[in-house]
Amino acid sequence: MEIAIRLQGLVRSYNGTRAVDGVDLEVPRGSILGLLGPNGAGKTTIVRMLATLITPDAGRAEVGGFDVVHEAARVREIVGLTGQYASVDEKLTGRENLLLIARLLGLGRRDARRRADELLGQFHLQDAANRPAQTYSGGMRRRLDLAASLVGNPAILFLDEPTTGLDPRARRDLWRLVGELREQGTTVLLTTQYLDEADALADRIVVLDRGRIIAEGTSAELKERVGGRSLFVVVADSARLDDAAEAIARIVGEGPQARDSTLSVAVTSSAVVPKVLRALDQAEIEVVELGLRTASLDDVFLALTGHAAEATSEMSEEDA
Amino acid sequence: MKALDQTLALAWRSLVQVRRNPWELGDYSIQPILFLVLFLYVFGGAVAGSTEAYLPFVLPGVIAMNMLFVTVYVGHGLNTDLTRGVFDRFRALPIPRWAPLAGRILADLLKQALCIALLLIVGVLLGFRIETSVWEVLAMVALVLVFASAASWIMVLVGVLSRDPEHVQLFGFTALFPVTFVSTAFVPLDTMPAVLQPFVQANPVSLLADASRALLGGGNALEPALWTLVWAAAIAVIFAPLSVWALNRRLARG
Ligand SMILES: Nc1ncnc2c1ncn2[C@@H]1O[C@H](COP(=O)(O)OP(=O)(O)OP(=O)(O)O)[C@@H](O)[C@H]1O
Ligand SMILES: [Mg+2]
Repeated sequence: MEIAIRLQGLVRSYNGTRAVDGVDLEVPRGSILGLLGPNGAGKTTIVRMLATLITPDAGRAEVGGFDVVHEAARVREIVGLTGQYASVDEKLTGRENLLLIARLLGLGRRDARRRADELLGQFHLQDAANRPAQTYSGGMRRRLDLAASLVGNPAILFLDEPTTGLDPRARRDLWRLVGELREQGTTVLLTTQYLDEADALADRIVVLDRGRIIAEGTSAELKERVGGRSLFVVVADSARLDDAAEAIARIVGEGPQARDSTLSVAVTSSAVVPKVLRALDQAEIEVVELGLRTASLDDVFLALTGHAAEATSEMSEEDA
Repeated sequence: MKALDQTLALAWRSLVQVRRNPWELGDYSIQPILFLVLFLYVFGGAVAGSTEAYLPFVLPGVIAMNMLFVTVYVGHGLNTDLTRGVFDRFRALPIPRWAPLAGRILADLLKQALCIALLLIVGVLLGFRIETSVWEVLAMVALVLVFASAASWIMVLVGVLSRDPEHVQLFGFTALFPVTFVSTAFVPLDTMPAVLQPFVQANPVSLLADASRALLGGGNALEPALWTLVWAAAIAVIFAPLSVWALNRRLARG
């Protein structure tokens, strides 16, 4: 198994605090790695080091067998990067943006034009192709940005929160595209705050917290550790929150996490739902909403670290 | 060869951008003409007795001033690229590190050349007569461009140090106004207070304006031209390494 990306004891500090604090990681060629973590976990810092935009303070990283510090020029020849924030030239049209990248990558005029049109089609940007990017919506800009990182058919692709700001259709399109890229043998490292995204895309998931890896495995392995789903209960009267938590703990066997008037706890089976409902009813606690949802990043973090993820992440909620 | 193609592609990009930005386009075309016409008709009578007499004096001055103002766009554009992430995209590509900057400065020189040509044409239409040979006119254009590329490095530094593009413009123009006006660009030296005269005489804008006047209208161009080149060299020697250092520092931080 050939390793496309290798990190060894990678460290990067900002103003004395370690944003990335000793990360070891290997990504096999042709696979997709999901780097999952809350705000400030160090995802972007890792991606920027791998894309040769910043240098590590300690440790080393190899991309495609090339050292990111000493062979940065070689690394740049084989990677594509979509940063967390769109980096398109707002004054150029969508097509011009892609043409520029193609020309910079050494494509001839005709090839550049063909590649630009191909990508504009793939990302549904034909209609806006001749408009300046500053007139694009956030999602369109994001798509243009993604297209720009694919111009050179990179062997290794870094996507930093690629679906942030995309509507559900564009999000699914991107998921499909990433799948196609894998089929073509592209290695992808993508970061995300969404468990379901890592779940849908990644062969392996690495969970990052405060610059360190706290868990690693396939999504099935992680879910097993987390419980996969979580039960959430919204009570009408927040004064009864503690009573409700107690009743739930008695049935699930674990104390739920409280936020505002919502309680949530990882569960392994949906059989607990009617039991919890009955218990709450008996305790005369009025319930506004109750259901199961896919384990959220919060749940993963609670299960893995014992503390909640620092920032809330919106999850696609799936009511039972 | 590849590096040259890449630099040209980046220069192309800077030029295409102008098309989409009416303000910038205006700054390269309408603004210099407006300056020329305003200065000529408002100050002409007071400074030189008549607009006809003032035109040969003020045209080189406006060319020098406009050249300096246009350099602000180098810093403005660079800062936009830095703050909007475009620079990062370029840096992740297999192109020489200096190419984005080189492309920008190259494009800028072309814009500068077009501005000079435009001002000369409008000047001629207003009655300006070039008294010298084609070679001297070309020497004048070359001198302005050499000074422009040196002055661009100052704006590169401003572009690197500023938080956002608006600050580049604010700082750039604020610094340029006194430099341009405390010079012989628009009024003769002897009309200014004695304390100011040494500064006016040493000011590269004065030297450039004087050299340009001589190269277009005849007279001794050699001395002011040489001093202008000395200034340009000094500015480049100081600001080019300083800008590159500041740029690398900014990039290493982020
Ligand atoms: N340029 C910078 N200057 C100072 N501190 C920084 C800089 N970039 C990142 N940091 C800090 O490093 C830590 C990790 O940041 P990073 O951007 O890598 O997190 P992230 O996982 O990408 O978060 P998010 O999900 O919000 O994008 C944070 O504490 C952040 O404040
Ligand atoms: Mg990030």
